[in-house]
Amino acid sequence: MKVLVAVKRVIDYNVKVRVKPDNTGVDLTNVKMAMNPFCEIAVEEAVRLKEKGVVSEIVVVSIGPKVAQEQVRTSLALGADRGILIETDEEVQALDVAKLLKAVVEKEQPNLVILGKQSIDSDNNQTGQMLAALTGMPQGTFASEVAVDGDKVNVTREIDGGLVTVALNMPAVVTTDLRLNEPRYASLPNIMKAKKKPLEMTSPADLSVELKPSLTTLKVEEPATRQAGIKVADVAELIDKLKNEAKVI
Amino acid sequence: MSILVIADHENGSLKAATLNVVSAAKAIGGDVEVLVVGENCGSAAEAAAKVEGVSKVLVADNAAYGHQLAENLSLLVADLGKGYSHIVASAGTTGKDFLPRVAALLDVAQISDIVAVESADTFKRPIYAGNAIATVQSSDSIKVITVRTTAFDPVAAEGGSAAVETVDSAQDAGNSAFVSAEIAKSDRPELTSATIVVSGGRGMQNGENFKMLEGIADKLGAAMGASRAAVDAGFVPNDMQVGQTGKIVAPNLYIAVGISGAIQHLAGMSGSKVIVAINKDEEAPIFQVADYGLVADLFEAVPELDAAL
Repeated sequence: MKVLVAVKRVIDYNVKVRVKPDNTGVDLTNVKMAMNPFCEIAVEEAVRLKEKGVVSEIVVVSIGPKVAQEQVRTSLALGADRGILIETDEEVQALDVAKLLKAVVEKEQPNLVILGKQSIDSDNNQTGQMLAALTGMPQGTFASEVAVDGDKVNVTREIDGGLVTVALNMPAVVTTDLRLNEPRYASLPNIMKAKKKPLEMTSPADLSVELKPSLTTLKVEEPATRQAGIKVADVAELIDKLKNEAKVI
Repeated sequence: MSILVIADHENGSLKAATLNVVSAAKAIGGDVEVLVVGENCGSAAEAAAKVEGVSKVLVADNAAYGHQLAENLSLLVADLGKGYSHIVASAGTTGKDFLPRVAALLDVAQISDIVAVESADTFKRPIYAGNAIATVQSSDSIKVITVRTTAFDPVAAEGGSAAVETVDSAQDAGNSAFVSAEIAKSDRPELTSATIVVSGGRGMQNGENFKMLEGIADKLGAAMGASRAAVDAGFVPNDMQVGQTGKIVAPNLYIAVGISGAIQHLAGMSGSKVIVAINKDEEAPIFQVADYGLVADLFEAVPELDAAL
């Protein structure tokens, strides 16, 4: 069985985000970039399925500028077999990402597509669902457990108030939540080996997908900041303030 | 211009989040219609008809929609939604699950998690875990939107008298099935709609110590929350997590106990009206957003607070 994993290059999650002074976006010059954390979990899950003998081949795909090869190589070092980079310097919005991935799905015919539930830059939480809709596949979003059972996959999903498990006919789309697994680190020998694994370069034009962004970002601002309040001396003063000043209890 | 709001409901009752979504829809302007889709959801539809500002309620009551499977809901909503200018749902786990599917079926973008309406086609939404706010304009003919409910004041649950119309439809994609659910049972209010939230962090040291907070929560009628650090350490289940990767809350009073105030946590609670922080480390970043800070050992301060309430 074949798995396709989609990964995204984003700002490293440890980096403090700074809004550009002209409010056109977030400053990404000389900022450390990395694989989106939810995508790392997606790669890890695919690798674990391969280690269990459920999966025979893992193909990883990314969309972005040439340097996004780094994130594809990282996935290869973590255990993916083959990489694809759909190279573009344009901004690619979620629906177009889904259309590009659909083209890859049609070519690769995977049994399972695993993606992160959202990227930590745009925070959209859309791509997996959109890909599932465009390909007619069922979806298991916000997965905390994935179990392949014959031609079905059982996905336990994190929902408001608890967990729900659904059975999906494969091929299916799974999007990862935080507690699905803890991703491993790539070892040095595996990083060296990954350099020899195949990485195919393609483009939106090669896949016959025309990018049609319909959302325009007019401005990006700092969020309103809260001012620090006061320190209270003890519990008695705290209760007094909450009752008589803030009037919230 | 008419707006289709997809109601949040559970076990026949309308969830409070729907009132916030209707509020966001009214801010967009135009006729607001509400779709209640599910199985045995008639009473939720009746409740929706009473909501202030709703002009019509559509109810699609069928076994195919019983477990809110995204594959089936999206077929129905994409079908019905063609006649509207906006399709709006709350950014809870149901809305996040099925609505992007609807957008893709309609070949339009989705605008996720809006926190403000600037005009009928322009919205504000947080990006980078709330570290920046983007103003986004859509050129699509149908705007598909999820709403961060805590950013909009609810409309009144009573006062309306909309007609209820049955939608005769059973869209079953036939490729997914419900297996089981594990829903945490609690007498406390739901985290995202509670007016007071008491949260514990890594400083609680273990799950047993969260019982200390339960006493306070019960006295205040509060919901219980936790930081990601407390959840990752296994102290409490993950549905208690407040933060960018957990629940976004904005109660009248948020009490953070033993929480340092990582950016990821602040993104989930800094919309609260009044924030109280109890932490023994006076340099903890949580004090930079707290209205009232108490630098104290929580194992002394919490029992004292419990006794004083």
